[in-house]
Amino acid sequence: MDAYTSLQVIWFVLISILWLGYFLLEGFDFGVGMLIRAVGHNKEERRAVLHSIGPIWDGNEVWLLVAGGATFAAFPQWYATLFSGFYLALFLILVGLIVRNVCFEFWGKGDSEGWRNRWEWTLIAGSFLPALLWGVGWANIVHGVPIDAQHEYTGTLFDLLNPYALLGGLATLTIFLTHGAVFLELKTSGEMRKRARTIAAVVAPVAAVVGIGFLIWTVGSHRAGVDAGSAILAAVSALALIAAAILADRSPGRAFAATSAAIATFFLALFVDLFPHTMVSSTSSAYDMTLNVSSSSHYALVVMTVVAVLLVPLVLLYQGWTYWVFRRRVSAEDFGDVRTPLDLIDKARREHPGDQPPEPKPAGPGS
Amino acid sequence: MSSLELARWQFGITTLYHFIFVPLTIGLAICVAFFQTRWYRTGEEHWLRSTRFWGKLMLISFALGVATGIVQEFQFGMAWSNYSRFVGDIFGAPLAMEGLAAFFVESTFLGLWIFGWGRLSKRVHLACAWLVAGSTALSAYFILAANSWMQHPVGYRLAEGKAELTNIASVLFNSTALYAFAHTILAALLTAGMVLIAVSAWHLRRGNETQVFSGAMRLGLPLVTIAAVLTVFVGHFNGILMSHQQPMKMAAADAVFETKKGAGLSLFATGNFKSNPGGLNRNVEIPQLLSWISTGYPNGQIQGINNLNREYQRKYGPGNYTPIVAIAYWTWRAMLGCAGLMLLFAAYGWWLLRKGRLERSKRFLTFAVPAVALPFVASATGWMFTEMGRQPWAVFGLLKTNVANSPSVSAAEIWITLVGFTLLYGVLAVIAGRVFLRTVKKGPVEAGKADEPGQELALSY
Repeated sequence: MDAYTSLQVIWFVLISILWLGYFLLEGFDFGVGMLIRAVGHNKEERRAVLHSIGPIWDGNEVWLLVAGGATFAAFPQWYATLFSGFYLALFLILVGLIVRNVCFEFWGKGDSEGWRNRWEWTLIAGSFLPALLWGVGWANIVHGVPIDAQHEYTGTLFDLLNPYALLGGLATLTIFLTHGAVFLELKTSGEMRKRARTIAAVVAPVAAVVGIGFLIWTVGSHRAGVDAGSAILAAVSALALIAAAILADRSPGRAFAATSAAIATFFLALFVDLFPHTMVSSTSSAYDMTLNVSSSSHYALVVMTVVAVLLVPLVLLYQGWTYWVFRRRVSAEDFGDVRTPLDLIDKARREHPGDQPPEPKPAGPGS
Repeated sequence: MSSLELARWQFGITTLYHFIFVPLTIGLAICVAFFQTRWYRTGEEHWLRSTRFWGKLMLISFALGVATGIVQEFQFGMAWSNYSRFVGDIFGAPLAMEGLAAFFVESTFLGLWIFGWGRLSKRVHLACAWLVAGSTALSAYFILAANSWMQHPVGYRLAEGKAELTNIASVLFNSTALYAFAHTILAALLTAGMVLIAVSAWHLRRGNETQVFSGAMRLGLPLVTIAAVLTVFVGHFNGILMSHQQPMKMAAADAVFETKKGAGLSLFATGNFKSNPGGLNRNVEIPQLLSWISTGYPNGQIQGINNLNREYQRKYGPGNYTPIVAIAYWTWRAMLGCAGLMLLFAAYGWWLLRKGRLERSKRFLTFAVPAVALPFVASATGWMFTEMGRQPWAVFGLLKTNVANSPSVSAAEIWITLVGFTLLYGVLAVIAGRVFLRTVKKGPVEAGKADEPGQELALSY
């Protein structure tokens, strides 16, 4: 029996893209979340930091839900082994994501500083945990974990916390932190921007060192000698990480392109390394799970392919439009006397007439 | 407790908690879009203030729904890996479609709606509100299609010990799913209507913002009336469908133990609390009513639990095929009881409205506040009935619950997550409840200032 069919490869690629999209987008959300108190020093600034990702973080997180759903639909055996095997690690990630989600909603709903402080620290913790643990998780998937002949995970949470995986976690943590800092450089102005730049300049080299260390370990420890494709991608990722470190305090636009490229190639290197497997067994290579073993039936894959072909371009289109609508920088002044997005726009309209979408026609009956 | 029992408790707790926010969000999103449409059409400011006010409440519910929804997407694999392996071919597809077709739309346009005030044209902004409302309802469709497959599997064949998809249209247009969707969306509207009335009543009693809250009251009352009548109406046919597809569940709901013609509708019964007590100790019933409701004839035949159990033993092998009868019986009655109370409540409201005293009747306005619990109790007990009434099956006739959990996850691990989720959800409930009440008490923004910069509109953040 072959290890895979072409439809299975398509779905492996598609799921890889969903994870990539998730890490690219939510990566800076995590970074921004962790930096809320470091970049924003008072209420107005922190409000501005929240607003920099306010309209988009929820859409970014859906990439994860779809990645999970698509894995369930296309590779149910992978979904079952992975999610039950990494049970407690996923629980911690879920706790992080849940508390982080409600921070956005609750932060502005109380008037005391204590209330806001609590939510800021919750946001930091809720961004830190998943940023670290996703790296730990993916490092383990690629490196192999104890799996038996029935495709059941036989280890514990502590088997997942091995040095290689922890290094992977540290890599995603620092890379996402850099990604977020550079994003804030792009989206804020004034003092906040300076702070974001200083942070990026410090974190980016650390991310480069840790990330490159992890990539070298990954390429060097591949199951059957060095995998050429994975090695090339890892090299590109390493270069992008170095570029980000150099550009972080010079050109935030380019630095953001560099961190984006680094994240994309970082995970591509992992996915290429993993292919054509979905789970690698450290118990015995006979228990490795191939695409074929993990996959849904041919018919189910065809159905899902049609759905994906119809919907994914649409999703990209309207998500892109959101980024365009909210492209403006945010600054603390926007949140001094004014409190809401509406005021912000009103202000912008006064300052730059003509820079805004045309005033809607007064609505009347029948319009 | 065994890891299986713990996993069941965990699924029950997390899912029922999630479903507090689902109907509220779906229903409120539709109401908010309606208010915004009224504002767009008439330009009257009180509609804008209504949109903002109910929008804030909707967002609190939305935030909790989204946060707890991630757990739903993951926990099939985490705690129910054997189930996932067995049904993945079929169950995964609607889940992935839900993400692609509904969650992306919902999250993106919600962001645009929250932050798009003034930045988008009024028309586009209104379209965002309707897209959010439509996509939340659509997401319910996909997950109900998935759940309906567990109630009534269709469009599959068994291959290598797993269910394999053979016809996606059968799965998506499963008769069970169509009824369940109508029932759920109507229940969501009913929930939102009861919340509209309760919140408005609280303010009207204090004479606050009578224009905004009379408007909400006058949407809420017809909404509750129509939705309650239709929810019961659809639910009735849903029940008839169920008596064909899952006769055991219906037999347990009415505690009918032996197959008989002209069965009475039991009003109050007691029996031993075990899975199948075999019969009842006490029973108060209305003669022949059950047969009449379920079959359309006063002498129609109703299948009994013991007969069905013997039939299933012949078909599926030895074992007990009954759910816990007492739970099915009482959750079913709790749901219907709540529905009946809401219908009475709505009738009272109409009577007052006809006399022109709706907004001034102290008794009605006082009743309305605690009555808000009714739709939530109805939803929770309805789901408990649906899911526990299907036991011992996870997928009816195909996969039993006691072999569906994750073999690699220990009882200790589930203890950790069960306690963790419960504590976390409990804390969130307290905080969200407080924030919700605070927002309710604050009321809408001052008249004449809804469109002005500097006002505390903060829909979010």
